[in-house]
Amino acid sequence: MAIGSRPPPPQFWPKLRRVLGGQTGWGGVLGQLVLVAFVVWLGYEIVANARANMQAQRIASGFGFLSQTAGFGVSQALIPYSESDSYTRVFVVGLLNTLLVSAIGVALATVIGFAIGLGRLSPNWLLARLAGAYVEIVRNLPLLFQLLFWYLAVLATLPNPRQSITLLGWVFLNNRGFVVAEPVAHASFWPVALALGIGVGIAFAAHALARKALFDNGRVLRIWPVVLGSLVGLPLVVALALGAPLSFEAPVLKGFNFVGGLRIIPEFVALTLALSIYTAAFIAEIVRAGILAVNRGQMEAGSSLGLSCGATLRLIVVPQALRVILPPLTNQYLNLTKNSSLAVAVGYPDLFSVFAGTTLSQTGQAVEIIVITMGVYLLISLITSAAMSFYGWRVGMGLGAT
Amino acid sequence: MTTEAVVTVAGLNKWFGEFHVLRDINLEVGRGERIVICGPSGSGKSTFIRCINALEEFQEGRISVDNIELGPNLRRVDEVRREVGMVFQNFNLFPHLSVLDNCTLAPIWVRNIPRKAAEAAAMKYLERVRIPDQADKFPGQLSGGQQQRVAIARALTMNPKVMLFDEPTSALDPEMVKEVLDTMVDLAKEGMTMLVVTHEMGFAREIASRVVFMDAGQIIEANTPREFFANPQHARTRLFLSQILRS
Repeated sequence: MAIGSRPPPPQFWPKLRRVLGGQTGWGGVLGQLVLVAFVVWLGYEIVANARANMQAQRIASGFGFLSQTAGFGVSQALIPYSESDSYTRVFVVGLLNTLLVSAIGVALATVIGFAIGLGRLSPNWLLARLAGAYVEIVRNLPLLFQLLFWYLAVLATLPNPRQSITLLGWVFLNNRGFVVAEPVAHASFWPVALALGIGVGIAFAAHALARKALFDNGRVLRIWPVVLGSLVGLPLVVALALGAPLSFEAPVLKGFNFVGGLRIIPEFVALTLALSIYTAAFIAEIVRAGILAVNRGQMEAGSSLGLSCGATLRLIVVPQALRVILPPLTNQYLNLTKNSSLAVAVGYPDLFSVFAGTTLSQTGQAVEIIVITMGVYLLISLITSAAMSFYGWRVGMGLGAT
Repeated sequence: MTTEAVVTVAGLNKWFGEFHVLRDINLEVGRGERIVICGPSGSGKSTFIRCINALEEFQEGRISVDNIELGPNLRRVDEVRREVGMVFQNFNLFPHLSVLDNCTLAPIWVRNIPRKAAEAAAMKYLERVRIPDQADKFPGQLSGGQQQRVAIARALTMNPKVMLFDEPTSALDPEMVKEVLDTMVDLAKEGMTMLVVTHEMGFAREIASRVVFMDAGQIIEANTPREFFANPQHARTRLFLSQILRS
């Protein structure tokens, strides 16, 4: 006779025991209570010890110092800043500098990394070898060494401002950094920007419409004339009607340095180059691994259904590769952001250098400053990984025919 | 036997580096014919059928499918592939797409069939391979036999003139071989032109219009299953049959 199906026995107590005590049972639970008590005691000791030490050294704890005057200069500030501003403003200046170098570094590293990674997979012998050499050289040298290499060995050997290397009179390279022509907005800037925004909207709408036409009616719409027209044509028409939105003020050499133009400090250039070139080597390997992880049979299955090479890559290979690529890619983005704190080695005024460096040594508010700095890096990292997770989820959802 | 040839292979030669894998292959397949290709491993059977939809390039000879010529330069690859369905040993379903999406991807993107119609057609083929209830699942949730039947349905959605099967049952548990073979038998009875590389001699006996025996990159003999099994012409064929039928 067959044995009928019946519900499982109650699971609550066995499950609780397993969660709390693992294999060891209730004895393990007791052991864990002891461990928790020890950790709490350790935490209390640390706090009490720090408080006693600070009282002994007469350091007032609390965040009052943030409103005090900083009294030191910063070589690059994205918002107006002077020595008489408060520590809060120093914090914001440093944070913006960190975000700037991280954002540009991440973008550059991604582009270089994908190019090198795909290059290593290329059937072209020379290209594959060059990409391989790049990866092996760059990832095997310490980042700090590379940073100092760019800063001391490359940028410092550029000529002085009077002998600047110039590109068409718009860009000047010298040992005090890069000077580029500064864009100046005119009255028609916002109308043109608005037209560009509308153009981007139209392009996205056209893409969605083309997809809908394909799925609903099986019609293939050619949207590139619309996209080109709305992205280039529309702003161009507005600019022709209202006048140029921007003009560029070329830098002029006066005395020993340049007047006018946008100055990019060499510390920033060195840090961005070092971070993106270094991280790109790892991203290249991640990209290569991701694409190799997709079974050869997938490409064959796609092409044997009559899909073109491009469509097979887009609909079948890339979505599967991205699933493998995204999590370690997120790691690299986080690494780059955290490694930007090496700025302190070349004196680029990032958050770590101006806040956890100069501000800390001036005020001695170690606990507060370290807590704030840790919190900020943690927050940046969490936001980055949340954004990447969201992107991964989108990629996983909106695939192929969906 | 019908006279109209759907697949014509003439003077096909292929090398992997210095190794001469396919030697002077000639074969004509009429509409509705079922060809079973067998032979020892390494004899070039898979390579041969992979040449027919240009998954492998070849150096000499020509292949034409439904009057589309495929020379060594593989210029009209996409046209040929649209007419030829392929079923792989390892299924090669798209793991990131549901069963239904696996079956509608190519009709939508290649044939530009509206999605609703493509889904209706896909359901029809999934019913034909007897798994319409699995349409919303992902390939990883199915058994090997079910995956292979989805792969067959996926190939059928493109309305191919010819179906190629590359050892479709060799990666399956014995229990599941039958369900896939049954699906293929149904397909054969509906008049599909098929080229099947397989070691399932029972299937060959029942369904094949011709059995082709290959060894060392050549077609050794091709005959009706009755003649082929009862009265093999070559010593090599007799040896192969004695080994494969004993086990």
